[in-house]
Amino acid sequence: MVAGLTAPSQTPASAVPAPIPAGNPAPASGAALSLRDVRHAFALKKAPLPVLDGVSFDVEPGAFVALLGPSGCGKSTLLRLVAGLEPPNEGRISVDGAPLRGPHPSRGLVFQDPTLYPWRSVIGNVAVGPEARGRLRAERGRVEEALALVGLSGFADAFPHQLSGGMAQRVALARALVNAPPLLLLDEPLGKLDSLTRLTMQAELVRLWQDKGFTALLVTHDVEEALMLAQRILVFSDRPARIRADIPCDRPYPRHREDPGVVADRRAILDLLGTA
Amino acid sequence: MSEIASDIALARTEGAIRRPAFLPAPASVAAAAAWIGLSALVALPPDLGDFGFTRELAIGFAGLGALVLAAGFLRPGEAGPVRRIQGWSPWLIVLAGLLGLWEVATAKRGWLPMPFFPPPQSIVEVFVEDYARLADSVWHSLRLLAGGYALGALAGFTLGVAIGWSRGVGYWVHPVLRFVGPLPATAWLPLAFFVFPSSGAASTFLVALATGFPVTVLTWSGIAGVNKAYYDVARTLGAREDFLILKVAIPAALPHVFVGLFMGLGSSFAVLVVAEMLGVKAGLGWYLQWAQGWAAYANMYAALAVMALACSGLITLLFRVRDRLLSWQKGLVQW
Ligand SMILES: Nc1ncnc2c1ncn2[C@@H]1O[C@H](COP(=O)(O)OP(=O)(O)OP(=O)(O)O)[C@@H](O)[C@H]1O
Ligand SMILES: [Mg+2]
Repeated sequence: MVAGLTAPSQTPASAVPAPIPAGNPAPASGAALSLRDVRHAFALKKAPLPVLDGVSFDVEPGAFVALLGPSGCGKSTLLRLVAGLEPPNEGRISVDGAPLRGPHPSRGLVFQDPTLYPWRSVIGNVAVGPEARGRLRAERGRVEEALALVGLSGFADAFPHQLSGGMAQRVALARALVNAPPLLLLDEPLGKLDSLTRLTMQAELVRLWQDKGFTALLVTHDVEEALMLAQRILVFSDRPARIRADIPCDRPYPRHREDPGVVADRRAILDLLGTA
Repeated sequence: MSEIASDIALARTEGAIRRPAFLPAPASVAAAAAWIGLSALVALPPDLGDFGFTRELAIGFAGLGALVLAAGFLRPGEAGPVRRIQGWSPWLIVLAGLLGLWEVATAKRGWLPMPFFPPPQSIVEVFVEDYARLADSVWHSLRLLAGGYALGALAGFTLGVAIGWSRGVGYWVHPVLRFVGPLPATAWLPLAFFVFPSSGAASTFLVALATGFPVTVLTWSGIAGVNKAYYDVARTLGAREDFLILKVAIPAALPHVFVGLFMGLGSSFAVLVVAEMLGVKAGLGWYLQWAQGWAAYANMYAALAVMALACSGLITLLFRVRDRLLSWQKGLVQW
């Protein structure tokens, strides 16, 4: 393990207040997740392409875990497996002790691309979850609430081609949140946002997580983002991905970018990724 | 009419806002002059033969000229649809010129051989004296087309979705479709007329066949081409198979389906006309055939004009439906 990564954080008095609210996570209503020796390969024409190589980890209910790793190492694939979109070639994935059997609305996935339905308005896109479960009438209020949460109430009737990339990603986030999933899988949900919106959305994510108490699994390229948001960071190796480091990160929120502990951790993780 | 064209027309007439309030748009004056000149050309020189309706035609053209001039006085915001005539001024001038050429070449100078090229007033005569038969033909054609097209479109759409969605259906239907589909529907004509109890049923079947093939193939390719991520999104949100078909696959494939519907409409016109000529003894196709048989060439031109109007109207209608349903798409072709 990398030394210094778990140094207790001190908040410097002079620190610029980061836009992350104070408070502790809500009592866990999140799901527990467990992966045991998960292996996965894609069948290509010539030879199978191994993508995940014996990945095992457990996530406690209500924890916020960030996944870091080089591009193309298999992070999105891992999230697809956990979402239940594909079964792993080998190994076991269980949620709250029960093995996965296909996708389920209790495990929300925010995809790397927003993939909104172009023929539906913004509100129609957010309403897909309730509609698919036949509960649109009962959950109309939740749809509007989710849209307000990402700050797009004014665009309810716009169509996806009228949105900016960042707005589309926020709609995708609202679409996943509307089902109030106990496990939320986030595949670089802030990747396309400008740095300012990104900071606001990071704060928003932490607030949401503290508020609702779901378990969060966040894939990101941004080490700093991982350090600002997560309670634990898993660093993956190059493809085929295996866990290289499992770094606890239990500073209280709100966190500060200039915190010497954060700065040191950031450097250490970047070193780790650089030699991956 | 296309929005873009009308926008250009508006922009063009916007420039005329600066003209004094009592003067009409200059382009409208020119167009009105062209139509009144055309009216004089029809009325004044004597006709070579004894054509009816020369006077009525002249009055009609003069009336059009007056309407064009009146529209020229309108300002932006006034009587929108009528004011749009201002934007059509260049077209109206060219049209008047072509009609004048036709009038001179037939009724006034006889440059074109007579029974085959009747003058414009003879066409007017057909519309006035034979309108009952023409209207009846239009009604018969439309009824036959509507029945066959609806049947073919519905069957094609259902089949296309089934092939695109289910491997099993695809296995059985695909080879049949590949072998039989490309055959032009008219090739079935002789067979259809003796297999079906009535020529109407046979023609409905042929029109449905002509419509069904393109609609099937394009619906199928639309369904097969749906972005797989759309299904993943829906599945993680709790969607079952019926939702995936009805609310994901079909809306995503709809732009393709409409391409199929347009192609189907085009080929259904062709089959309809041939079927009416050869078997049905009613409708515009039959009218054409009948007019040619009696050497009633003016009737033939009149029927052709009506047919062009009807086909173009139907295509426009389909475009309207599509624009309504696919308003979420950018860059739709305007008709
Ligand atoms: N459906 C598929 N078929 C074949 N190969 C695939 C498929 N999906 C992913 N791969 C391959 O698996 C590897 C891992 O892909 P994945 O999308 O999981 O990477 P990632 O870690 O999310 O990368 P990035 O950070 O760039 O998003 C890649 O090499 C990719 O080419
Ligand atoms: Mg990825």
